[in-house]
Amino acid sequence: MTATQPVTGELGKARRRKEDARLITGRTRWTDNITLPGMLHMAVVRSPLAHAKITAINTDAARELPGVLGVFTATDLGADSISLPCAWQITPDMKSPKAPPLAVDTVHFAGEGVAVVVARDAASAADAVSAVEVDYDELPPVLDMEAALADGATLVHPDLGTNRNALWVFDSAEAGSGGDVEQAIRDAEVVVKRRFHQQRLIPAFMEPRSVVVDPTGEQLTMWSATQVPHILKTMASLTLGVPEHKVRVIAPDVGGGFGGKLQVTPEETVTLLVARRMGKPVKWTETRSESLLAAHHGRDQIQDLTVAARRDGTVTGLKVELLADMGAYLRLVTPGIPILGAFMFNSIYKFPAYRFACTNVFTTKTPTDAYRGAGRPEATFAIERMMDELAVELGMEPLELRQRNWITHEEFPFATVAGLTYDSGNYEAATAKAKELFDYGGLRAEQRRRREAGDPVQLGIGISTYTEMCGLAPSRVLGALSYGAGGWEHASIRMLATGTVEVVTGVSPHGQGHETAWSQIIADKLGVPFEDVEVLHGDTQLSPKGMDTYGSRSLAVGGIAAVRAADKVIEKARKVAAHMLECSEADLEFAQGKFTIKGTDRGKTIQEVAFTTFAAHDLPEGMEPSLDSEATFDPENFSFPHGTHLCAAEVDTETGWVTITRYVCVDDVGTVVNPLIVEGQIQGGLAQGIAQALFEEATYDEGGTLTTGTLADYLVPSAADLPHFTTDRTETPATTNPLGVKGVGEAGTIASTPAVVNAVLDAVRHLGVTDIDMPCSPQRVWRAVQSARGAAKSTSDHTTEAAAGGGLGSIDAQGGAR
Amino acid sequence: MIPSTFDYLAASSVDEAVQALSEAGEDGKVLAGGQSLVPVLRLRLAMPTKLVDLNKISELRGVRDDGDAIVVGAMTTHHDVINDPLIREYAALLSLATQTVGDPQIRHRGTLGGALVHADPAGDLLAPAVALDAEMVIVGPGGRRTVAAAEFFVDLFTTVVGPDELLVEVRIPKKAGWGAHYEKFQRVAQAWSIVAVAATVRAEGGSIAEARVALTNMAATPVRATGVEQALVGQPATVQTICAAAEHAAENTSPTSDGNADADYREHLARVLTARALTAAAGVAS
Repeated sequence: MTATQPVTGELGKARRRKEDARLITGRTRWTDNITLPGMLHMAVVRSPLAHAKITAINTDAARELPGVLGVFTATDLGADSISLPCAWQITPDMKSPKAPPLAVDTVHFAGEGVAVVVARDAASAADAVSAVEVDYDELPPVLDMEAALADGATLVHPDLGTNRNALWVFDSAEAGSGGDVEQAIRDAEVVVKRRFHQQRLIPAFMEPRSVVVDPTGEQLTMWSATQVPHILKTMASLTLGVPEHKVRVIAPDVGGGFGGKLQVTPEETVTLLVARRMGKPVKWTETRSESLLAAHHGRDQIQDLTVAARRDGTVTGLKVELLADMGAYLRLVTPGIPILGAFMFNSIYKFPAYRFACTNVFTTKTPTDAYRGAGRPEATFAIERMMDELAVELGMEPLELRQRNWITHEEFPFATVAGLTYDSGNYEAATAKAKELFDYGGLRAEQRRRREAGDPVQLGIGISTYTEMCGLAPSRVLGALSYGAGGWEHASIRMLATGTVEVVTGVSPHGQGHETAWSQIIADKLGVPFEDVEVLHGDTQLSPKGMDTYGSRSLAVGGIAAVRAADKVIEKARKVAAHMLECSEADLEFAQGKFTIKGTDRGKTIQEVAFTTFAAHDLPEGMEPSLDSEATFDPENFSFPHGTHLCAAEVDTETGWVTITRYVCVDDVGTVVNPLIVEGQIQGGLAQGIAQALFEEATYDEGGTLTTGTLADYLVPSAADLPHFTTDRTETPATTNPLGVKGVGEAGTIASTPAVVNAVLDAVRHLGVTDIDMPCSPQRVWRAVQSARGAAKSTSDHTTEAAAGGGLGSIDAQGGAR
Repeated sequence: MIPSTFDYLAASSVDEAVQALSEAGEDGKVLAGGQSLVPVLRLRLAMPTKLVDLNKISELRGVRDDGDAIVVGAMTTHHDVINDPLIREYAALLSLATQTVGDPQIRHRGTLGGALVHADPAGDLLAPAVALDAEMVIVGPGGRRTVAAAEFFVDLFTTVVGPDELLVEVRIPKKAGWGAHYEKFQRVAQAWSIVAVAATVRAEGGSIAEARVALTNMAATPVRATGVEQALVGQPATVQTICAAAEHAAENTSPTSDGNADADYREHLARVLTARALTAAAGVAS
């Protein structure tokens, strides 16, 4: 099945993105650029403490400042009776704390909103925030997940009686999809157990969150830098009791999200409440430090894995036990994020027995939720690290171990031990191509040479043969997982009188390039020029139905809805064309935008048909004068991109510095609509996955204060910190949609983290190093080497304190957040 | 983020700036390139009520030859420092270190004087100033005074420059024919130094005749590695002698611990990076 199809027409063309000129030059209007007559500005007073009783809030001084029109607490706004929505009740007995949009009586994480200030201008609002005095009685913070679960632990939400949010279990023996993993472990010739830490990450999108609410029209209008305008509209109605038809949500151009804007935020809710209270438009835009502190975080798991295997390398069982940090509250899909990994730990390997048990834990930290990959990077990291650990244990070549256990291309469709059906794939082809591009044999020889020479700069090779599930999602599967909604997507197509086309999509781009890709798809389907297609999105008044953009779903679900709508347009147009040509519909063939009577050169273009339909002077009997069509598509299955990533990394054993010297990835994302967009998604994804491996980590001090509250401390790498990427593809079309597409938004992130960490470990494993926590910072790598050499002189374990040296790096988050 | 309210003066002369600073007292602040001050204002970590902007004082910009020294105006941008032929020839260490500061936008705005007076211990220009035996020319209400770089830095973010004074010039004794290298260690390209080493040496007949080594971020102020210098002078310029000398690099330092590096790791890095900096500065094949 692996083949690169010959490209005809628009599909497969490496077009530059039509939206980029306005996005890159700043000609567009982001939410923060929106200015309405009489608009007021809101700013949030945030708690500097992780856990505390609020004993008093004195707003008098703030109220008296020039330009200030109001200072409100939760009670003042009636927000104390509101709870922000969580759409995913993962188990019937899941514990859900009340989640008011501003703290009531008690703050549960540093950065939680305590009050808001409304002023005539943003500067006055910022001044007034500093003038609000809040008195706190400090409570002990809850920072460590294992300690939080122990008897007698301080409770984040005492009314729940526990810090345990839920225990979610999948067991292949119970599900009937495989054997009993405990039996497999008892019978195993080899058992490998490891613990891995998924550090806490921050999505760090480029455009800070921003919202404008105008309450003056018949419909209340909310502009928000969100990934999910449709979900936000419905949730605003359900949460606040505003009738749904009285709300309009607009996501204008949005500058990145990575899951971080898949949320119904406290600030959106409070801005709406304040705008209604004031009777005027109100804007709130966060600072960068507020974004790092209070927008939801990602990852943060402790992962215990046990693999059972035979001596020949055949895997016989996999047990996964997770602790997942929810933070202080459940946001939109917080408890379900680790569960999205439940079906992916087995990855591409034929484990005959599998058990997954995830315990979700409350702490007094910023709530976690979706971040690029959402559950799947965690799973892929753990299993790809484990395959290397098992290879070491067995003394096997790690790629051979994987090959021994992976699903071969003849075995598709393949029913996995986790209960999914992988429709297609070719792991052999992707791996063969990657090995060749990488010069796998040559690098192994170089590695041997350096080891034998005792070179201070050692070389390691890291492997990640991954798959992922994306294209969220079949509604019936979401239903089975007790998710609060379906996973369909909607599109409509409007054939304008002059023959140009408007495509309305329910997905909500925030940097992906949907306008270009959808234009290519529809131009190809309808046979109209690419330039004649306009793609419209992100306004619930214009695009009434949609489930928005996340989980690499836009193309594989939303793109297919557009294809289905186009099919309907063609069928309507065929009737009109047959009438115009005085022939039967069956005599017509449609190609390259023209209906032609078979065997003749007589025909009508779709533009001619569109104008005839618009004029409506002479249409077939009973036909409405419109070609416009809509479609709602619900996928029957997820899609399963896969690929092989190979990373060569040098480790300077004198300093611990890691240099990625070669990175090759061969990804199979199915049929490709636009190779340039795919390349951009892969490269951006690699950057974020490598960031987890080497650079990024959200850290808290022992008091529960975030110590990475500026971009001087939270180390987002730039192009200067990343290697050249050698990218290539195999194309095994998905069999579950008419385009054969799979989705590419998260693949690079999911695959790259374990490839890099495996490479780092491979470089120093012969020195006795067995594990290094992420991010593999120079200090951690150096200490691991020192420790393995028995010469560690550690003074303390990565303490973080405000200290000399580092300019802004020595400033904690509170300086910026207050 | 929005700074708190302040008055702003674009001074047109040094006298006008000094006068304005005298009037403002402790509440005044000098705006040079703004690359450190503006973020601090936006975070409201500093809330001066008067900003005195030096950007319109042209006499503070530029580099001139002054016989046995070169004189760099305090408002000379990093970009201009990097590209100045006098600095390249006579103070190559400063040129090399300045190349590692920030990114091109920052280097077109930020100034040498601003970076020195800001006195961030992780800043990259402090150690080169010390290693090059620079002299700081300061103007205040009482006139001009000159302070050696070694005496200039008092503590974290603190120099001898008073609230009503301005650093106007940096005088650097010419070091023609010296090799130089600035070895910087950081987590990402857009980050401050965890540790860095400024080294410049003069070799004569295969031996090290003179050496200057100073360390970035190994204490509250830049540290002159005199132990390393003494161990090198008169020795043959070889990897062995350099590595032996570099073992003295962490002497008399007091590094802190933070999220990127604990003190013992910084001490270790100082030794490793000193060896690398000297190897490069002396042009010795490693």
